[in-house]
Amino acid sequence: MEYKNHMKLEFDSKSQNEAFARVVVAAFAAQLDPTLEEIADIKTAVSEAVTNAIIHGYENKLGVVTVICNINNKELEIVVQDNGRGIEDIQQAMEPLYTSKPELERSGMGFTVMETFMDRIDVYSELGKGTSIRMVKNFKSLNAE
Amino acid sequence: MRFNYEVIDNNLILQLDGELDHHVAEKIRLDMDELISKKRSKNLVFDLKGLHFMDSSGIGVIMGRYKSISKMGGKVAVIHVSEKVDKIFTLSGLYRIVEKCENLEEALNRM
Repeated sequence: MEYKNHMKLEFDSKSQNEAFARVVVAAFAAQLDPTLEEIADIKTAVSEAVTNAIIHGYENKLGVVTVICNINNKELEIVVQDNGRGIEDIQQAMEPLYTSKPELERSGMGFTVMETFMDRIDVYSELGKGTSIRMVKNFKSLNAE
Repeated sequence: MRFNYEVIDNNLILQLDGELDHHVAEKIRLDMDELISKKRSKNLVFDLKGLHFMDSSGIGVIMGRYKSISKMGGKVAVIHVSEKVDKIFTLSGLYRIVEKCENLEEALNRM
């Protein structure tokens, strides 16, 4: 039996919402009967993506961050979008330890963590328009009903 | 997120409790730096037993403190590292500069 579900979340680009976003996505994923490790993986990945939108997309100015989740059987797709400044060089941004803001004590490991904890990640970005990070995770649980 | 501390000889032990993300990191590093300069301890031990969540912001917090401690000839250790946090530390290469120990006793022995 095919199972699908969808949700969309919008919030201000405030760092207080990093915890809010990862908890909401984890709660939505609960219907996939995930293991504790799977929940921790998606919470960490969402935290990284939302932090990127706030620090790099909007550079701490006020904007809207959108998180969209789609469940397709045992697969969870998470899309984190901003309408901020965009990424000039995506390949460089994704390199481990690269950070465009060393003065902020950022480790440059955000994308590496997302890649490690999720099964797939795609980044779309346009300068002046924004960035969209799409991440996919396949859950091992058997029933999503 | 909050942290408690303990001073044992030349060592400052910071016990982290709660979730460490970008939002928390901004404030907590200032509190830590204030404490570090006040206590003038040589070495620093991060006790992560009560840390329920951490993303890559935690690496920045530890590396930042390492920079100032190592400049004065001190060492930094992490203890009670969970599997999840261990994965993030390993990815970032943090263990090349920071000692990973099972518990406080082992950390103090290595300082």
